[in-house]
Amino acid sequence: MQRQREGSPWTGLSAVAWKEAADHISSVRLLILLVLVLLTAFGSVYAAIGQIKETIGEDPFLFLRLLTTARDPLPSFVSFLSFLLPLIGIALAFDSINGEYSRRTMSRILSQPIYRDALLFGKFLGSMLVLALVLLTLWLLTTGLGILTLGLPPSGAEILRGLGFLVASLAYGGVWVAIALLFSTLFRAPATSALAALSLWLLFAVFWPMVTPFVAGLVAPVDPLNPVTLISQVEAQQALARLSPNTLFGETAAALLHPQTRSLGLVFLYQLQGAVRGAPLPLGQSFILIWPQLSGLIAAMVILFTGSYVSFQRQEVRA
Amino acid sequence: MSEIVIEAKGLTKRYGRVRAVESLDLTVRAGEVFGLLGPNGAGKTTTILMLLGLTEPTAGSVTVLGHDPLREPLQVKRLVGYLPDAVGFYDQLTARENLAYMARLAGIGRSERGERINRALTFVRLDGAADRAVKGFSRGMRQRLGIADLLVKNCRIAILDEPTSGLDPQSTQELLEMIGSLSREGMTILLSSHLLSLVQSTCHRVALFSAGRVGLTGTVAEVAAKVLGGSFRLEVEAQGVDLSTILSGLPALVRIEQQPNGTARVDATHDLRAEVAQRVVAGGGRLLRLEQGRLSLDEVYRRYFEQVDHAKAA
Repeated sequence: MQRQREGSPWTGLSAVAWKEAADHISSVRLLILLVLVLLTAFGSVYAAIGQIKETIGEDPFLFLRLLTTARDPLPSFVSFLSFLLPLIGIALAFDSINGEYSRRTMSRILSQPIYRDALLFGKFLGSMLVLALVLLTLWLLTTGLGILTLGLPPSGAEILRGLGFLVASLAYGGVWVAIALLFSTLFRAPATSALAALSLWLLFAVFWPMVTPFVAGLVAPVDPLNPVTLISQVEAQQALARLSPNTLFGETAAALLHPQTRSLGLVFLYQLQGAVRGAPLPLGQSFILIWPQLSGLIAAMVILFTGSYVSFQRQEVRA
Repeated sequence: MSEIVIEAKGLTKRYGRVRAVESLDLTVRAGEVFGLLGPNGAGKTTTILMLLGLTEPTAGSVTVLGHDPLREPLQVKRLVGYLPDAVGFYDQLTARENLAYMARLAGIGRSERGERINRALTFVRLDGAADRAVKGFSRGMRQRLGIADLLVKNCRIAILDEPTSGLDPQSTQELLEMIGSLSREGMTILLSSHLLSLVQSTCHRVALFSAGRVGLTGTVAEVAAKVLGGSFRLEVEAQGVDLSTILSGLPALVRIEQQPNGTARVDATHDLRAEVAQRVVAGGGRLLRLEQGRLSLDEVYRRYFEQVDHAKAA
């Protein structure tokens, strides 16, 4: 039997997205996280400024240094972001679907003339909107802080690299929004979905880097008589590490914010013949370098969203 | 007869081996207040969800105002409003914002929205609390806000699932009055309830549910006549005679039931007042009271389910 749906699946999408975004912006949950993120951002950038003033005076990419320089005991802005962005993503979405059930608003919403598609995608879009807003604010603040303290404006290349980094952060945060959204459709209790998402976050942020060398050693053991096995072990380890969105984001950030980065994998000495050490790559080349990482992040986001879409469409709505 | 607005034929829903609803037939006509009555778990909510297209039936078909809820869900949802059991709202938003969100989802234009919302809030007497967060609303206020939701949508059919559950008697009465006036304005109303006596005065027709099937359909009087076998009830208080012996043999008699307070309930197919009085006096008894009693739906319901249970046990 042919089941062609009438009407557009986008009906009501913007209403849902704007309402979600408005809810998030006025929520205490996001406020707490924002304060946390802003404090760490200020702290790390401020520390970076001190460090930059002391050591590197003539770097052509001073503004990018602001984001990547760490000064003991503070990590750099980028590592803070890679640690905290998942938390924001999770906070934005962990109760988006099951929260409607527990508030008993789900059946009332779905009895309005909209499809479930609009509700789910609207919620995702609303969260992404807020995430984009947060990232933009952070980026503008750090740039402003840089201009004030360093006393010079960022160059065009720096701005473009910064914008690229912004897009990558959005994709990275989006992966975590999608993970939280998936858990919110799979689990009926918001506490369960929050806990599940947080465990995954801990796994990727803390345990994954410890586990990958171990697993790589099992998968591709090193034969002391065969140097090629050494390479295959490193490659296996890298492949495993890249299953984590945190690794992908870290590599993207490294390539974009350190223009000197020439490769994100193994480089052999003969490949460096004729290269000028420490010379920055042009912007386009850096983008080509991160292309796989960036598309990996976006693909993960799409796959996770599709997962929650399928599970949500099959759900029985009774509350 | 007015137009048929909801028609269900052979509607069936199974969850694995559990039969929630089994070959259900239902017709609701325009302008009616139709009651789905039955105990919890009898399949009322499942039926409602299938009528709305929120749940896919295992078998059977539904037509709502000429549309199939599965094929044309948006059309059906545009015309039908739904007030779920224990309705929820966004607690941090005000009453007005809650209504506005639903109105936006329903595709009501900005210019029309404000006016409709104000009118609906006045109708349900929440205009004083319109800009307060729903967080502090009582159960009765939430239920009224739910009614306002239906009004804003201006739907042709309103489906209310247990609208009075958890309300105090006064709020229940208010809510039923509101439902009555919605019906007088031409809205068709389908409501489910397990509180029968309350619904009795509001519903034009009722369907008695039991274990996923509709046992009986009709007006309250019709259903009562079918279940109790008689539509006349007398309350008799007499001393010095045994009512069941002196009344036995009357062809119209259906049942005599002795009440703890000394009166007897006599059910019959037609008015037996004269015969009862005559036999009591003739039997040498003292007739203290003889009046026509009211058949309550509660009793119909209790009796009906007793019969169903007996039938099952047999």
